[in-house]
Amino acid sequence: MGEMKRSTMAVQIGVGKDATGAMSFPIYQNATFSHPAFGQSTGYDYSRSGNPTRRVLEEGIALLDGGSHGFAYSSGMAAITNLLLLFKQGDHLVVTEDLYGGTFRVIDKVFARYGLTATYVDTSDGDKVARAIRANTRAILLEVPTNPLLKVADIRKISAIAKARGVLTIVDNTFMTPYLLRPLDLDADVVVYSATKFISGHNDVLAGLVVVRGEELGKQVYFLQNSVGAVLGPQDCWLVIRGLKTLGVRIDRQLENARTIAEWLSGHSGVRRVYYPGLETDPGYGLLKSQARGFGAMVSFEVAEKSVAEEVLKKVKLISFAESLGGVETLITFPAFQTHMDMDPAERERMGINDRLLRLSVGIEDAGDLLEDLGQALGAGEANV
Amino acid sequence: MKIGTKILHTGNEIDPATGAVSIPIYNSATFRQTSIEECGPYEYSRSANPTRDALEAIIASLEGGVQGFAFSSGMAAISSVFLLFSPGDHIVACEDVYGGAHRVLTKLFSRLGIKTTFVDFTDNDKIREAVRPNTRALYLETPSNPLLKITDLRAVSALAKERGLLGIIDNTFMTPYLQRPIEYGMDIVIHSATKYLGGHSDLIAGLAVAADVKVAGQIKFIQNSFGAVLGPQDSWLLMRGIKTLKARMDMHQKGAARLAEWLCGRPEVKEVFFPGLAGHPGKKIHESQADGPGGIVSFRLQTEEMTKKFLCKVHLPVLGVSLGGVESIISYPVTMSHAGMHPDHRKRVGVTGDLVRFSVGIEDPDDLIEDLESALRQA
Repeated sequence: MGEMKRSTMAVQIGVGKDATGAMSFPIYQNATFSHPAFGQSTGYDYSRSGNPTRRVLEEGIALLDGGSHGFAYSSGMAAITNLLLLFKQGDHLVVTEDLYGGTFRVIDKVFARYGLTATYVDTSDGDKVARAIRANTRAILLEVPTNPLLKVADIRKISAIAKARGVLTIVDNTFMTPYLLRPLDLDADVVVYSATKFISGHNDVLAGLVVVRGEELGKQVYFLQNSVGAVLGPQDCWLVIRGLKTLGVRIDRQLENARTIAEWLSGHSGVRRVYYPGLETDPGYGLLKSQARGFGAMVSFEVAEKSVAEEVLKKVKLISFAESLGGVETLITFPAFQTHMDMDPAERERMGINDRLLRLSVGIEDAGDLLEDLGQALGAGEANV
Repeated sequence: MKIGTKILHTGNEIDPATGAVSIPIYNSATFRQTSIEECGPYEYSRSANPTRDALEAIIASLEGGVQGFAFSSGMAAISSVFLLFSPGDHIVACEDVYGGAHRVLTKLFSRLGIKTTFVDFTDNDKIREAVRPNTRALYLETPSNPLLKITDLRAVSALAKERGLLGIIDNTFMTPYLQRPIEYGMDIVIHSATKYLGGHSDLIAGLAVAADVKVAGQIKFIQNSFGAVLGPQDSWLLMRGIKTLKARMDMHQKGAARLAEWLCGRPEVKEVFFPGLAGHPGKKIHESQADGPGGIVSFRLQTEEMTKKFLCKVHLPVLGVSLGGVESIISYPVTMSHAGMHPDHRKRVGVTGDLVRFSVGIEDPDDLIEDLESALRQA
């Protein structure tokens, strides 16, 4: 048998790993481990340093992403923060400009205080990335596609530029998951996830994951995970493992629904612009097609006015107005006022994260029901045009 | 209300929506909003979660602070609090601090430009001498880990106030049942709640409590931005653990006192560290600020060889790291809790190869003594 397909790898996480033969790997709700004798260890000492349930998840995500080491954290932000702690005063980062607001906040408000500087660029333009690299640049942090404007960066090209300059390429792969995109295969060095989103897929757990390739980097990240201790608890690890088992079927269905909705929105007179890299007219279409096996389930769209956006949020019934994304239920978000609130308003407007932009995280409901809900919510918008 | 009662009745233990006497486990990442003008009480679980909220309110109430914070581990709580500081800032910390705290200060925060001076916190003059113009905080454990040295909380708080410093204490060994440092003027209390607060060696968790609103706001910002938060299942387990805190601690202390006395009478034992012993140098100060000696006893055997042999022969206590569980845990600090400390530093503070740390569980003390006696005979 050749290399397993990714959906198979995901389903099989933890299977055959427990001594009792349990299909579902046990939740080791345990802090400390008894040493068999003085000077001996089972390989587990203390759950912050290593926990069997967490290890199954960490090995599972490493396998899915084709990396050598996986790490599980208490949230996506804890994962990102741990990676940022690899750097020191005077170091510089090149970062996707329309990135998740929480990442922006921690770089801008906390790491800036520790002397870490960042240049925000449109990473869908590889030349702009190359020009932003300085002598003290240590890493490029990409989101592919970006949040919420779904711009696509050329991971292979940027990784090559980075390697030539001795710079790490870190990809936040939250929107795609390893089922659709494996950044390490495109020569990136580190993959980071808010596993709260598509990886877990049920809006029922907060979690972050990191995957790296290589012993040295693995050691450095492990040192930080263990020292800072922002680890994921065993119950939550188990929930993430459980979520991963349906990764393939969930994403397949989400992709299908997302395409249907994106196409429908494109034909709606109340919608000014649709951002979805799966539309052939989208500037990122060709590039994402060459890097990923699907286009994801995030669809952003712009309506005519702020008041219309507000109306839509008030009128949706089936679709929940809530932050976060990637769950089986469809959610709608107002990025300028929720996820990207910490960004400078002028910067936001320049990039297109304006008060007319809405972001959909498409779930696995029946597409017809979703369209009906969007249709009744956008009705007023249509009349305005 | 007595603290023993308050542990069960802080006013945050009932689910406001249903009246359930056990707070529900809200395994929800996000919360549906009804208005775009105004966000509901909950938006996203990293920022706030109802299960975690109840736990945070309980610990704040027990410690007498304004706000509590739950983290994914004790080290996540400690690291998050240290992130209040900026490059150029200086911390004065007690020298026999937990190895994990020592590691993060000397290997990570030093790289971020935050320097630490470690001094003997039993000596107030030494603390005062170590304070520099850029010092921002005094960080301590009392009793300390593993040598159970006592710091005078009133004196340290007074010094902190006088010099405009934050007084930060790791109160893991005592819990608020036995010691409430905010009453003596400390500003931030931290716990590895994995230990006595959880009490069952079944979860990893950290807590922090701020004494005033300004500091609370700063910790809240870090907790939310860094996201090293405690999950709902573990938050719930921790609240469940806290319910039996008094009953457990009472028994831990009783057993520890018996064992400490008994160890003092053994020829194989060179030195016993326990703040409840008559000869303990910090006993008087400890009794003025805490309601009991706690459940940790450390001791030295005559030689390192004997110590290693002894540890091979104990059966009833679990040989492992951590402490504070209902089952007794016996540890070898040099290779376990204090492995994160530089060997020279370990030697200086007395964490040497002849030292054993015993977290006395709630087993019958007679059984523990019988097991230790047999192990000592064979050592």
